[in-house]
Amino acid sequence: MMTTSEKVGSNIRKANAEAIRRILEAKPVLIDVVPASEAIPALQEGMILHAGPPIDWGNMCGPMRGAVTGIAVFEGWATDLAEAEQLAESGAFSLNPNHDFGAVGPMTGMTTLSQPVLVVENRASGNHAFCTINEGLGKVMRFGGNDASVLKRLGWLRDTLGPALGVALRAGKGIELKPLVARGLTMGDEMHQRNLGCSSLLLRTLAPDLARTVDDRTALAEMLSFIGSNDQFFLNLAMALGKAIMDPVCDIDCSSVVTAMTRNGTDFGIRVSGLGDEWFTAPVEMPEGLYFPGFSADDANPDMGDSTIVETIGLGGFAMAAAPAVAGFVGAGTPSIAADFTRTMGEITLTQNPEWTIPALDYQGVPTGIDIRLVVETGITPTINTGIAHRKPGIGQVGAGVVKAPLACFELALKALATRLGVR
Amino acid sequence: MSKIVNRVCAGLFLDSVILMQISRSITRLDGVEDAALMIGTPSNLDLLDNAKLLARASRKATGGDLILAVRARDETAAASALAKAEILLERPTVGHTGTTTLRPRTLRSAQDILPAANLALISVPGDFAAAEARKALRAGLNVMLFSDNVSLSEEVSLKREAVAAGLLVMGPDCGTAIIGGVPLAFANQIPQGAIGIIGASGTGIQEVSSLIAQAGYGVSHALGVGGRDLSDPVGGISTLAALAMLEADSATRHIVLISKPPSQSVAKRVIDTLAHSEKPCTVCFLGADAPSLPDNVSFARTLKAAAELATGRSSKNKRPEFKSVIPPVPPGRQRIHGLFCGGTLSSEAQVVFLDQGVSVASNAPIPGAEAVGSGTSHVLIDLGSDEYTRGRPHPMIDPTVRDEELTKALADPTIAVILLDVVIGFGAHPDPAGTIVQVVAAAGTERPIVVASVTGTDDDPQDRRTQVAKLVDGGIVVAPTNADAAKLALSCLVRDD
Repeated sequence: MMTTSEKVGSNIRKANAEAIRRILEAKPVLIDVVPASEAIPALQEGMILHAGPPIDWGNMCGPMRGAVTGIAVFEGWATDLAEAEQLAESGAFSLNPNHDFGAVGPMTGMTTLSQPVLVVENRASGNHAFCTINEGLGKVMRFGGNDASVLKRLGWLRDTLGPALGVALRAGKGIELKPLVARGLTMGDEMHQRNLGCSSLLLRTLAPDLARTVDDRTALAEMLSFIGSNDQFFLNLAMALGKAIMDPVCDIDCSSVVTAMTRNGTDFGIRVSGLGDEWFTAPVEMPEGLYFPGFSADDANPDMGDSTIVETIGLGGFAMAAAPAVAGFVGAGTPSIAADFTRTMGEITLTQNPEWTIPALDYQGVPTGIDIRLVVETGITPTINTGIAHRKPGIGQVGAGVVKAPLACFELALKALATRLGVR
Repeated sequence: MSKIVNRVCAGLFLDSVILMQISRSITRLDGVEDAALMIGTPSNLDLLDNAKLLARASRKATGGDLILAVRARDETAAASALAKAEILLERPTVGHTGTTTLRPRTLRSAQDILPAANLALISVPGDFAAAEARKALRAGLNVMLFSDNVSLSEEVSLKREAVAAGLLVMGPDCGTAIIGGVPLAFANQIPQGAIGIIGASGTGIQEVSSLIAQAGYGVSHALGVGGRDLSDPVGGISTLAALAMLEADSATRHIVLISKPPSQSVAKRVIDTLAHSEKPCTVCFLGADAPSLPDNVSFARTLKAAAELATGRSSKNKRPEFKSVIPPVPPGRQRIHGLFCGGTLSSEAQVVFLDQGVSVASNAPIPGAEAVGSGTSHVLIDLGSDEYTRGRPHPMIDPTVRDEELTKALADPTIAVILLDVVIGFGAHPDPAGTIVQVVAAAGTERPIVVASVTGTDDDPQDRRTQVAKLVDGGIVVAPTNADAAKLALSCLVRDD
């Protein structure tokens, strides 16, 4: 006869084994680029999807507000930023988390009707996940940038690059993303702060298809140059693939595996498989990092973005050993101890991903399947590699660094799971 | 007017994290307003320009060039900052020396690293200890439970689970074990040998194993079982399991069992089990009268006697190890005051007193001894008990508790002899004799006689010989064993009469 606690333990073990099976057997493929309105039929006029757990205008941080007003102008819902702000104040926009619509977005994570989105299909379970196209570096909407140059680039993505990528992808069989990530890990990428390897591999794969489908040579050169000069182009794809992998894991009764981690610049939120779509939130922390010229920690906004979905699948801070330079961001860290970060994440995860291995760790797989019980038991919280936005709207990225997920989210989630499973 | 100075290094690439780190150290230099080292991509040129760091000539730089940009108070400050940046760029890198020493944080990952391990030593606050011990048992590991404050019911439940899985739980509050020559927690460097020890007491195991080593013998394993194991509620579960293990161990040829007086029914069960042993056994229930025993089992009144029975060697005819001149007891002083770090050593001293017909009091009295405050003149204090250690470290680790009590006793005009134990070995204070000598020296010449013994071996980190020599030099009378020290203390008074 099993005791109640043994029975609960056994149910959790079984549920988590199923969660791990779904994570490892996922088969994410980049199949298309389409307008968000097409990808997400629920999207309406005046509806804005943002990064992180739910948040209203009043609680949004500076860059998030900058992005909301910018995207409202971009979509033609306001003639200028001032009007957009008034509309936002008056509650004219419907603000919702990307995560509730199969989508993810970096930093502010704006997703609206007309923006083109990358479509990743998980061929193991048939679900789709979406993410906008990475805008490149400098002043960009994901960091709260909203001036004319930002909107102009979004227009070019919508009118030129997005449609062209869609045509090129539809002409092929889709691009399998897991092998790409596997190679990126051997090239110094961890897929959050470092995407140079995968961005280059993707361009190598895409270029012939684009060349075949784009007639205008000048436009083609512009597209290739845009992708080729953006070291972070792959980030948004890594995020969509993370969402595509994790969405089928989000409803396994009794499972204590984390299915989403995300932040809106105010709160950090997680979801747990056995608790469905409930958010467990805590105030988000400040990243510790290095700053661009002219900026310092005083300018930094608290941590933000859906990009932590990559840590949720074992990349980013969990794959630090693959991108040792990133360890240099952490206070006293040196690249030679990068492997310690990955090993430490092994303490809070259930397994390793045998398809995503790290040469410097003797080809150990990335730590996979964050178990909230292990996080609470050890007090070790996920390490997240991140960019840092300026706290004021409209300025953009000011640095990059590393941040910890707040323990309180995991404690709240564990209590909720215990209650649900009848454990006192 | 501040000065912007740039240098463009064509065809030089370095990782942006390294460049940002160098930028940060240059920015902190005296006279520097801002500084940045960046690869000359278009977006970086914008950043430098916005930060008022970009010189006109640098606008032509490309993604293949490294720009060193400084804005400083004056030309001199800018030039010296640039020079510093170049030094940092060219400095041969000294890597992180030594291999990484990431230690596992959970049992699970410790097992990944050491899959052949068969024992977990658990030392966490009592509230969490049982849960960790249970995890270890379920992972197939024997458990040494160093933690205390584990409830009796948890102890019983853990020990039952262990027995069902063919495993041993040592503890809770198990401070001493030696497994196959490896000392765990508070233990001494003992040669491997044929004597197996089971003890419900840490310092008891330390004294017996050290005396065995001093006699030139060795120990196969020393297994602690926790102070409550031989009580009625626990029923000797771990003692019986440990007995079975030593019985099956071919390296063990003699078994020594050390405990406080056990419950009668448990004692009977243990002795019945010993009767079936094919090995000679020695039982030392400190403070209990000898029960009736089977032929293969002998009874020892003291730890010293237990070691002698196990080795088959009596120390009676041995020449005394140390020659101490015992000074005369100052007039008017009558009492013996013992200050012990080891609870079992205090029990053994009480046995010696009672066996000589001298009544004695203690805060941890054995059967026949009085409680403190009963008016009995000789008092032997166990400083490891809760009333002395609550909120402070055990005197074996940090002698502060005993230093205070010792200072008081040295100044007490009624005390004739102060009796001390000095426990060395792994986990113990690095120089307990040194601190005792200091405290005694501070008391001047008008003081009681101080008698001590050193529990440990010459191979211990503190080295028993060194500790003894320090005590003797400090005017302290040193006896070869704890039991001898108690006898010596009594003989001081007798001589005085």
